[in-house]
Amino acid sequence: MNWFVRLLTSSLGRKLIMSLTGLFLITFLLVHLGGNLQLLNNDEGKSFNLYAKMMTTNPIIKITSYGLYFFILLHAVQGLLIWNKNRVATGTKYAVKKKSPGTTWASNNMALLGTIVLVFLGIHMGDFWFAMKYQTWPDAEAGRELIKYTLDDGTISEAKNLYGKVNWSFSQAWIVIVYLVSMIGLGFHLWHGFESAFQTLGLNHKKYTPFIRLVGKIYSVLIPALFALIPIMYFLGMRFPDWLVFHFI
Amino acid sequence: MAGKTINIKVKVWRQGGKYPKGQFETYDLKDVGTDMSFLEMFDVLNEQLVSKKEMPVAFEHDCREGICGTCSMVIDGQPHGPMKGTTTCQLHMRSFKDGATITVEPFRAKSFPVIRDLVVDRSSFDAIIQAGGYISVNTGQAQDANAIPIEKDTSEKAFDAATCIGCGACVAACPNSAAMLFTSAKVSHLATMPQGKVESQKRVQAMVNQMDKEGFGMCSNIKACEAECPKEISTDNIALMNREYLASVLGSDKEG
Amino acid sequence: MSDKLKSNVPEGDLAEKWMNYRGTMPLVAPGNKRNIEIIVVGTGLAGASAASTLGELGYKVKCFTFHDSPRRAHSVAAQGGINAAKNYQNDGDSVYRLFYDTIKGGDYRSREANVHRLAEVSRDIIDQCAAQGVPFGREYGGLLANRSFGGVQVSRTFYSRGQTGQQLLIGAYSSLSRQIARGSVTMYNRHEMLDLVKVDGKARGIITRNLLTGKIDRHAAHCVVLATGGYGNVFYLSTNAMNSNVSAGWRAHKKGAFFANPCYTQIHPTCIPVSGEYQSKLTLMSESLRNDGRVWVPKKKEDCKKDPLSIAEEDRDYYLERIYPAFGNLVPRDVASRAAKYVTDDGRGVGATGLAVYLDFASAIERYGKSEANMKGISNPTKAQIVELGEAIVKEKYGNLFHMYEKITDENPYKTPMKIFPAVHYTMGGIWVDYNLQTTIPGCFALGEANFSDHGANRLGASALMQGLADGYFVIPYTIGTFLSKEIRTPIYSAEHTDLEKLKKENTDEEGNIKEFITPNAPEFIEAENAVKERIKTFLNVNGSQSIESFHRRLGRIMWDYCGMSRNAEGLAKARKMIQELRAEYHKDVFVPGSNEEYNPELEKALRVADFMELGELMVCDALNRNESCGGHFREEYQEGGGEALRNDEEYMYAAAWEFTQDNSDWNLHKEQLEYKDIEVKTRSYK
Repeated sequence: MNWFVRLLTSSLGRKLIMSLTGLFLITFLLVHLGGNLQLLNNDEGKSFNLYAKMMTTNPIIKITSYGLYFFILLHAVQGLLIWNKNRVATGTKYAVKKKSPGTTWASNNMALLGTIVLVFLGIHMGDFWFAMKYQTWPDAEAGRELIKYTLDDGTISEAKNLYGKVNWSFSQAWIVIVYLVSMIGLGFHLWHGFESAFQTLGLNHKKYTPFIRLVGKIYSVLIPALFALIPIMYFLGMRFPDWLVFHFI
Repeated sequence: MAGKTINIKVKVWRQGGKYPKGQFETYDLKDVGTDMSFLEMFDVLNEQLVSKKEMPVAFEHDCREGICGTCSMVIDGQPHGPMKGTTTCQLHMRSFKDGATITVEPFRAKSFPVIRDLVVDRSSFDAIIQAGGYISVNTGQAQDANAIPIEKDTSEKAFDAATCIGCGACVAACPNSAAMLFTSAKVSHLATMPQGKVESQKRVQAMVNQMDKEGFGMCSNIKACEAECPKEISTDNIALMNREYLASVLGSDKEG
Repeated sequence: MSDKLKSNVPEGDLAEKWMNYRGTMPLVAPGNKRNIEIIVVGTGLAGASAASTLGELGYKVKCFTFHDSPRRAHSVAAQGGINAAKNYQNDGDSVYRLFYDTIKGGDYRSREANVHRLAEVSRDIIDQCAAQGVPFGREYGGLLANRSFGGVQVSRTFYSRGQTGQQLLIGAYSSLSRQIARGSVTMYNRHEMLDLVKVDGKARGIITRNLLTGKIDRHAAHCVVLATGGYGNVFYLSTNAMNSNVSAGWRAHKKGAFFANPCYTQIHPTCIPVSGEYQSKLTLMSESLRNDGRVWVPKKKEDCKKDPLSIAEEDRDYYLERIYPAFGNLVPRDVASRAAKYVTDDGRGVGATGLAVYLDFASAIERYGKSEANMKGISNPTKAQIVELGEAIVKEKYGNLFHMYEKITDENPYKTPMKIFPAVHYTMGGIWVDYNLQTTIPGCFALGEANFSDHGANRLGASALMQGLADGYFVIPYTIGTFLSKEIRTPIYSAEHTDLEKLKKENTDEEGNIKEFITPNAPEFIEAENAVKERIKTFLNVNGSQSIESFHRRLGRIMWDYCGMSRNAEGLAKARKMIQELRAEYHKDVFVPGSNEEYNPELEKALRVADFMELGELMVCDALNRNESCGGHFREEYQEGGGEALRNDEEYMYAAAWEFTQDNSDWNLHKEQLEYKDIEVKTRSYK
């Protein structure tokens, strides 16, 4: 067997894939959050819709997004394969199950948490990407029209009203609840996943690891919380105060 | 320290002989001295069974001082029982309450098949060591021991990894039945020392490949192994092995 | 000297014997080694090191252990360290001094040439182990650290915290694993040797039982190496592992290997005292603790039940320091154990049973604490500061031992003194071997604790590991050639060659003489196999009413009471009778559950206990025969001034090698006279 194939099929190699794709997705989350926070600007969706237009038209970003889809799938499929392999390796279950002291609930349930995130991704993509493309939601009219925005330099830019779709979705209580539950799941997934990715890469150091862990903990609480803030504020009809206008990129 | 006794029920996994498929049997034990070790409690139970002309519960044990790594029980869901940094043989009955029902199961993992009752086959560990858990030095080839100075902390670190007694509690504790702590402890012990550094690149690939071949699960850094390890070996060793492995596969011309 | 005992010690100056011998002894050429098969039984330090080294040399080795893995042999439990005459501490150590200390420590009852060889190769062992990656304790400068052990005045003990045995064994086990991977050693885990097979007077193989399936197998080889450890478990309670047993050695003994000095038993002074009837084994607290711990009992009997901390300094009797000012708490084991016996016999023992003495670390904690405070520049440290700093140092040195003590006794030894008491630990006696480590059966060798040669009547601390590895790494690989060089023309056939007549024909020369050849299908093998099967059947058929364990416990009680720390003629005679009765009862009333064809630890035990009973009787015989006190053998009739051992060099300066007779309860004594040419024989004094 070729060394590279062997690497990718070895237990450590497969974990390496999980780690690297995981770190990529962690980075992506930051970008995604940055864009989304613009939804909270009190500007009737102008900044967000323009940003969304840029994201869908820029060829580099388009290519990157295919990479992103691939990595999400790779992370998910590999994760499920590993879960299955481990299930087989474990064989007979213990009659008395006890979580080992000092281990986190999250670490013991990564496959479950990952699955929650995966299901959420399906809903999320269906809700926005698919719905936007095929105009499927009840109040679709609001998103169909192109809105003309006057940019700072005076030029006019036409953009789809994704903001309208968001506004509609987050007025539905069940969607908001799905988002909140999923963000909690994501938070737990990251709670373990963040530092685990570094451990798998062997990036463990007496001096730096405590710092990495701290960043991981902050990240895994803060990022999902900020994501969750959007549906909550929409549902409550709240926006950033006028003095706070957040521009990403 | 003398005198106290408790009454307990022991729910033990029996497999083989009368119990071809394996099942739990519950036994009553009266007046168990709290200064008794857990295995001595089993001795008493077995004497009871033998006096009734029954087959005693098979369990493995040898040194009874926590160093040979032979004993292998999961007690109330924890390998080697509830006490941290302790093998079953060093666990004492004072850790249990009067009236308790104690469930005792064998180490569970596909790569540790049950032989009888609480006895499992851990030869997969030997296979991992045979794959490369050594320094290739023939008898008589060595230079003077003091010719290789090793910084004290480095030596202590290698020692910490080397304290592994090969009991398999890490595998038994791991929800994935991974053997990463065992394998990494050996990799780390040898890679940390200059003597072992020489062939560390080959070693890590060979040992990881063998570990995979033995059918162990994959690590997801839960660290249950570290929590249940009777020698409290750190999962830092796993990180070190990951690093060594990736560096070896990607950064050297060695193939495992 | 008996003509059956040829020590084969080479001529020449003591210091050059081994070197010259090594340079001139017959060898087996590499090409021939490939055709020679060796059986090694046991995978402790001696067995694993022998098997791996013989494998490295090119021999075909079959290695057997009853454990599930070679790494579990009881060498693993040695705590304190391993001696070597490296003189790294520049404190005046030398090969001669190690030799001298060992002979003196053994109370002038060991073979001079063997001990000198041991001292010589001790240095190579440390080099070898360091190269294998054994993580020895080190100084800040990166060089190896040493500590002191009993009976010596230098620091020559190398250590890996409190688990030196485990680290050395892992070293040997990893070497062995490498040979297994290379195919030069075939490993048989969970196989117990149940008999030795002799063909034409030579050891040619063994009969084993597969402990998982009960299958009885015949294994043939050119020679057999026994590295099967000691027999301390004859006492039931000892520091040995539960499965340690004498059976392999005893089977060899019954086939003609003489058993030497069986009465020399080492009672280790620092063990955790017995706490109850159910007790299954005793746990050692390393001798290294006596580097810093002070042994004492109350001066007044009425203080014995008091809290030790409440007993004033002037009411404590630091009896070892008082009686033996030159060595203090670091007197040899036999001396320290006996002293503990005297003070407890005197009614000054402590603990619930009155069978314990204190091992106190308070002064060490204070001393280390003060020195640490000094180094840290703390002027006028408080008592609490000193204790805290001191405890940290003690923890670093003995942390795992203290931890273990606390786990077993539920007492914190940092705060309150440890309670300790002597317990059976090691057996200096064993199978008689010559200088080549060959037993009285040609082709049968014995290494490590299984043989008798190096420690005389008492072993010094940290010397067992040294001897095991010396025998395995540096002695047997050479000396086995003295036998095997004559065997290069003897072919060996595997069990598949079942047609014995055909083999005979193949090995018949032109003149019609049948040449020697080896096959596990030889009638001797078949006979031995059948005998083993018969023996197993007999035990399974007794179907009595008492458990094996109960018999073992009773045997142990007899041995401890009459053949333990001190013995007398009357007690020994009584013990012999008691053992004979117990033996008879055992064969009539023991209950062995289950069958042979399954995993059956009770059956294993039944066979082992039967052998222990026979050995027990021989030990008593030997103790009765030796009308003197020396080392671990203390006869109450022979003592002087305050209970010191009184040797009788005139009559007993010999190794007593016992030959088994078919009578089963009678042995012939052969004497190997011991000569000391390079050392002055003195009364052993540590005062």
